[in-house]
Amino acid sequence: MARQINRTAGGGEIDRGQTIRFTFDGKQYEGFAGDTLASALLANGVRLYGRSFKYHRPRGLVAAGSEEPNALVTMRSGARREPNIPATMIEIYEGLVAESQNRWPSLSLDVMGVNNLLSPIFVAGFYYKTFMWPASLWEPVYERLIRRAAGMGIAPDQPDPDRYERAHAFCDVLVIGGGPVGIQAALKAGEAGERVLLVEQMPWLGGSIEKLTTDADTLAEMGNVTVMTRTTAFGQYDGNCFALVERVADHVSVPPEGQPRQRSWVARAKRVVFATGAHERPLVFRNNDLPGVMLASAARDYVNRFAVRPGRNAVVFTNNDSAYEVTLNLSAAGVDVSLLVDARAAIPEKLAAKVREAGIEILAGAVVTRAKGFGKLRAVDVAGLSSDGKSVVAPKRKVVCDLLAMSGGWSPVVHLMCHKGGRPSYDPARLAFLPGDLLGLNQSAVGGCAGDWTDEVPPRELWKIPQPDGGVGKAFLDFQNDVSTKDVELAHREGYVSVEHLKRYTMLGMATDQGKTANILGLALMAEARGVSIPEVGTTTFRPPYTPTALGAVAAGEVGRNFVPERFSPMQDWHEEHGAVMVEAGLWMRPRYYPKDGEDIHAAYRREAKAVREAVGIVDVTSLGKIDVQGPDATKFLERVYANNFATLKVGRARYGVMLRDDGVVYDDGTTSRIAENHYFMTTTTANAGPVMAFMEKLLQVDWPELRVHLTSVSDQWAGIAVAGPKSRELLAALGTDIDMSNDALPFMGVVDGTLDGAPVRIFRISFSGELAYEIYTTSEYGHALWERAWEAGQTFGVVPYGTEAMAALRIEKGHVAGPELDGLTTMDDLGLGRMASKKKHFVGGVLMHRPALLEADRPKLVGLIPVDRSLNLKSGALIREAPFHPHDRPVGDVASFDELTETPEAAGLLGHITSVSYSPELGHYVGLALVANGAERQGSLMYACHAVKGENIEVEVVSPHFVDPDGERLRG
Amino acid sequence: MIRIDCPFCGPRDHGEFTYAGDATKVRPAHGSTDMEAWLDYVYFRDNPKGVHKELWHHAHGCRQWLVVERDTTTHDVLSVAFAKLSKSGGG
Amino acid sequence: MSRYSIFSLMKNAATSHKRWERAWRDPEPKAEYDVVIVGGGGHGLATAYYLAKLHGVTNVAVLEKGYLGGGNTGRNTTIVRSNYMAPGNTLFYEKSMRLWEGLSQDLNFNVMMSQRGQLNLGHSDTQMTVLKKRGNTMRANGIDADILTREQVRRIAPYFDYSPNARFPIQGALWQDRAGIARHDAVAWGYARGADSHGVDLIQNCEVTGFVKEGDRVIGVETTRGRIRANKVATAVAGHTGHLAEKAGLTLPIETHVLQAFVSEPIKPMVDIVVSCGAMHFYLSQSDKGTLVFGGDLDGYNTYAQRGNLPLIDHVMAAGVSLMPSLSRLRFHRHWGGVMDMTMDGSPIICKSPIPGLFINGGWCYGGFKATPASGWCFAHTIAQDRPHDLNARFTIERFSSGHLIEEKGAGPFPWAQ
Repeated sequence: MARQINRTAGGGEIDRGQTIRFTFDGKQYEGFAGDTLASALLANGVRLYGRSFKYHRPRGLVAAGSEEPNALVTMRSGARREPNIPATMIEIYEGLVAESQNRWPSLSLDVMGVNNLLSPIFVAGFYYKTFMWPASLWEPVYERLIRRAAGMGIAPDQPDPDRYERAHAFCDVLVIGGGPVGIQAALKAGEAGERVLLVEQMPWLGGSIEKLTTDADTLAEMGNVTVMTRTTAFGQYDGNCFALVERVADHVSVPPEGQPRQRSWVARAKRVVFATGAHERPLVFRNNDLPGVMLASAARDYVNRFAVRPGRNAVVFTNNDSAYEVTLNLSAAGVDVSLLVDARAAIPEKLAAKVREAGIEILAGAVVTRAKGFGKLRAVDVAGLSSDGKSVVAPKRKVVCDLLAMSGGWSPVVHLMCHKGGRPSYDPARLAFLPGDLLGLNQSAVGGCAGDWTDEVPPRELWKIPQPDGGVGKAFLDFQNDVSTKDVELAHREGYVSVEHLKRYTMLGMATDQGKTANILGLALMAEARGVSIPEVGTTTFRPPYTPTALGAVAAGEVGRNFVPERFSPMQDWHEEHGAVMVEAGLWMRPRYYPKDGEDIHAAYRREAKAVREAVGIVDVTSLGKIDVQGPDATKFLERVYANNFATLKVGRARYGVMLRDDGVVYDDGTTSRIAENHYFMTTTTANAGPVMAFMEKLLQVDWPELRVHLTSVSDQWAGIAVAGPKSRELLAALGTDIDMSNDALPFMGVVDGTLDGAPVRIFRISFSGELAYEIYTTSEYGHALWERAWEAGQTFGVVPYGTEAMAALRIEKGHVAGPELDGLTTMDDLGLGRMASKKKHFVGGVLMHRPALLEADRPKLVGLIPVDRSLNLKSGALIREAPFHPHDRPVGDVASFDELTETPEAAGLLGHITSVSYSPELGHYVGLALVANGAERQGSLMYACHAVKGENIEVEVVSPHFVDPDGERLRG
Repeated sequence: MIRIDCPFCGPRDHGEFTYAGDATKVRPAHGSTDMEAWLDYVYFRDNPKGVHKELWHHAHGCRQWLVVERDTTTHDVLSVAFAKLSKSGGG
Repeated sequence: MSRYSIFSLMKNAATSHKRWERAWRDPEPKAEYDVVIVGGGGHGLATAYYLAKLHGVTNVAVLEKGYLGGGNTGRNTTIVRSNYMAPGNTLFYEKSMRLWEGLSQDLNFNVMMSQRGQLNLGHSDTQMTVLKKRGNTMRANGIDADILTREQVRRIAPYFDYSPNARFPIQGALWQDRAGIARHDAVAWGYARGADSHGVDLIQNCEVTGFVKEGDRVIGVETTRGRIRANKVATAVAGHTGHLAEKAGLTLPIETHVLQAFVSEPIKPMVDIVVSCGAMHFYLSQSDKGTLVFGGDLDGYNTYAQRGNLPLIDHVMAAGVSLMPSLSRLRFHRHWGGVMDMTMDGSPIICKSPIPGLFINGGWCYGGFKATPASGWCFAHTIAQDRPHDLNARFTIERFSSGHLIEEKGAGPFPWAQ
């Protein structure tokens, strides 16, 4: 067990009373409650946290917050494994297990470090210039190697055992950032009585100022203020909506019972206060990525908050005032700070006096030119900086140290403000991009993110430190993606000079930190190279999320079975009890078949369909769309929306109707009946119930507001059963309704209302199966009871329940079109329904259906198909040709035959395709429906059904699509 | 989240609504057999970069069709009205 | 143009990479060109490249309002496939695939074309019927295609949800072995470098603000860098075709919509295929950098803002985790949007416009990236020969009036539904 050798004797915000044991790379450590994994490891003397993406260079901590680019670790294990988590954002808990990544065999001995030696070749964009010869090696060799080398951690490979949930927040004021200015903003709004939501990504309030507990306590006591820590506002969307993720249980080993791991919030705010602070920038000098070189603000956080000395002997290097305070903090914590290097010739005298008082030397107008050490910092080279900033000058010296705290100035955290597409504006005095026009209506920015800081002496513009020795070695801008000054120079040399080209060519800012510490350095260097100002170069776009966010958190539990809703009919329990195998149909779960005694699907549906033809069957048709149409203009309305005539429909009668889209293509079909003079009951297909309703509402509200019609969707209010088969009448008669079932009282296409034990029922004599058949509806609460009654009444007649599979078999035998034929491409004529279209009235789609292409004679038309060899199965999706298709007819990748082809399906001999197939229990062989060019004229001819992907060809005879009882005698019986 | 202030339901997330495009296109009179007019209505439309008058259906709310003026570059909603009233001149 | 190779890399490494030439020049626009191409994305650059290389038309300028490849070329999810079944689409996309297959060598620029194969999942009988029709149509046209069973899909991609918990159980898939991904930026840069080497002027930061007309005829463009005359003006500005054409007095069957895309943190190889799932509106692949690149459906409203909103984002994440439960703890680190020309039938327009002198290439919906080579190839042919090639003969504006639509889905005349 390592000791916490770098822990100071006192101070900090950690709880020394609570020792916490954890493991990193298999080694056990101790830390205290309040530590992050980064601070606890630092306390234990760990310097090496990770390897860089491309060159596998050893890397240490740079930051203390979410902007950390280097110290990415893999957390937990098994199904809970999480790669690429910044150690700075992990609160330690008892038993925590973390591992370093992107190294082999170990972090300290990484053989991929050889990439660093090859780095002279692995420059920006090198892969665009090579791996092209021989072309055959690209995929099996080159690309495979690239893919293995790329990537950081290893993703989990098992389902997530944890839970996520979504929540919604509404507030008057959303304050983003719980630092001092955020707390003040929340207090002010809270005192004014506004509903305030304050979110802070870290577990604590106060930001970098540790002693703000009084204000935080006051906030906590205000009833109208909600404070959410461990919560990141990761995205801004329209209408002052912010996406937040609350890490409910990431700071414990397993979420407590009943708690999600994370909670996804959508916050809608009347007013927003951004108090997101600023990120400190690194300084760019040779080897600035050595472990031991860190941001001054991070060094401060480690000593002040975590009571950890990030080094023993320190040098501080700055171009602005802020590092002076850090120097004092480090010194007070017992770090031996030997030197403060300030790039500015003029230094802030008041601060300087304090530093000197602490016995620390200040070198003004000087820079650190190089970090030295193998694997960790041992010394820095220091030199003077010429007044133009272009060269280093004497005196030069080497200073031994194991910590370099650097401050290259500050970048306001404007990321969230940019999410709506705006660009920040550059302030050359502060050397920073400020919110400027980014702030929308009811938005304000306060504190660091608004550039609200003052330097006694202005910061010196210093985007890179001139290299004294001819440019050997690398100075990094983007640590995570290994982008150095040389990559920017190369991009410039090759003409990739726009800031987006720079980013895309070098990968600058494309790592998981989105260049939080790197972007501005890169574009400043490009500006220098081009000899233009920074605003002329512009910025890249900050996109959500502000920090990487788990897919599961945003999915928020709407996964697996909860991905989309499932709709069930009131008869669902019965179906389950009777062993139905269910199938999805437009969100509805419907019985597909009811297997008996180990039947497979084929045996089951054949038996069910046969029973319908021979006796009687019942099928749940609740899922059909049902729309109640009422009003003085109801008839007029239906006349307009249906292509066929409805004006002549009598009260008490039903009619099959076809609806077109405005473009003249068939939209939907269904049976609509006239309940009373101005009252219709419309049914639609299951899939189109919603769209048809919306379309008709649009017609009435937007286009024809003068029509007095009211529509009510009653799909959920009515449950329906189709009763089909020669004994269906007897079954219904035995049901005990007060309805006369005789052919005279209820003829084919008749409709009648009645009751069954006082419950309302409505019976339609309509048939989808071609048999004598009825549909009986009742209100949903009686749906199950009605089904049970039909089941009991049917026992005498040999009733079977049947599912969608048998239903399909029955309708295919009859040549009724359904979803596969109503594919959004077919016209009424294509489907053999052309004669139904009224020529005496205008209807939706009635004009564009006459466009030339929709009238062409050789359009695919509905036909029936029978395999010539009756023992063969047909396959839906097979193509119809006059000749069989052989794979050698059209070899894959054959350039010569390709170049000869013209772009018509005929070139490949394609004349149509099979839309639906089924075994016909009635006929004893397979039958199919197909859309075939000149279909009507082809009846009686032989063609081939080609399943080209498998090279299968089946000879088929083209027949009428009405296989069974073409004259419809049975259903009128 | 685009927030649409439904005149019946109040401000709601756009996820409650279904979008149906250009509201300036006027459906040819029922009975019109002018092929060009129908083609224009069904297929061709302005695609403005800026203020766009468009139809939204409050499908998961009051089921009213609304005419919304919205800026296609910023998503700012400028006005919302019932389609039925705006069509008949009532609002 | 100096050739790129491992030898040129090594040679330049010896001189600290200080001797690389510019990948393309940065010329001042001339007053007049034979052809002016508006739009410096993949399509415009490919058009210029093939015009110069195959048709000898080299007095060409490509005008780009921002930086090359800055529109949808640099925003898409990089999928390349040729699995279309509507007459008009099938062979066009296969032409593209064949150009992709030799593109790195042709351009001497590694576009990292990776033919790792694509699964198009089916979750119901109806979907499987459509996939079979699609696969059969492909195969009958000389395009590789196979229909896989659930078990075969499982062997290729064991990480999907095959449990009873799956809301949309996987029934099978259409597999195209030659489908894959390519590096999107490299396509723009490779074509740019190739076009430049043939003498084409690539002019960035040059926005076209209007058309110069003589009578009916377009004879040039007004730009932010002055008037440029041209015998022929060709637009390749998908996402903005509608309002640019409006400036020439042409209303098109196009609406502009946003499609969002997402990228995860970089991880070691996890998914070695491209997968798309129509039922859940989700598609996914893993880039050579290790990031998972994925996306879903349109947000569904007209917009020129290159960003989307939460309902769609929530849906994409839910679809991803539903299809592949192990994605749950993985984190996305960036999402963005690109604006699409959505046509009324989901297919593109590559044609001579009704306005003399003006050629239009647009309406790419969300199929533009994979089409880049064939789009440029056909558009160059159309411009140079003054008539379309057979492969793009159907991509007209008139098809909407005549009814000869090119529909894969039968979604009807609703641009957001394609």
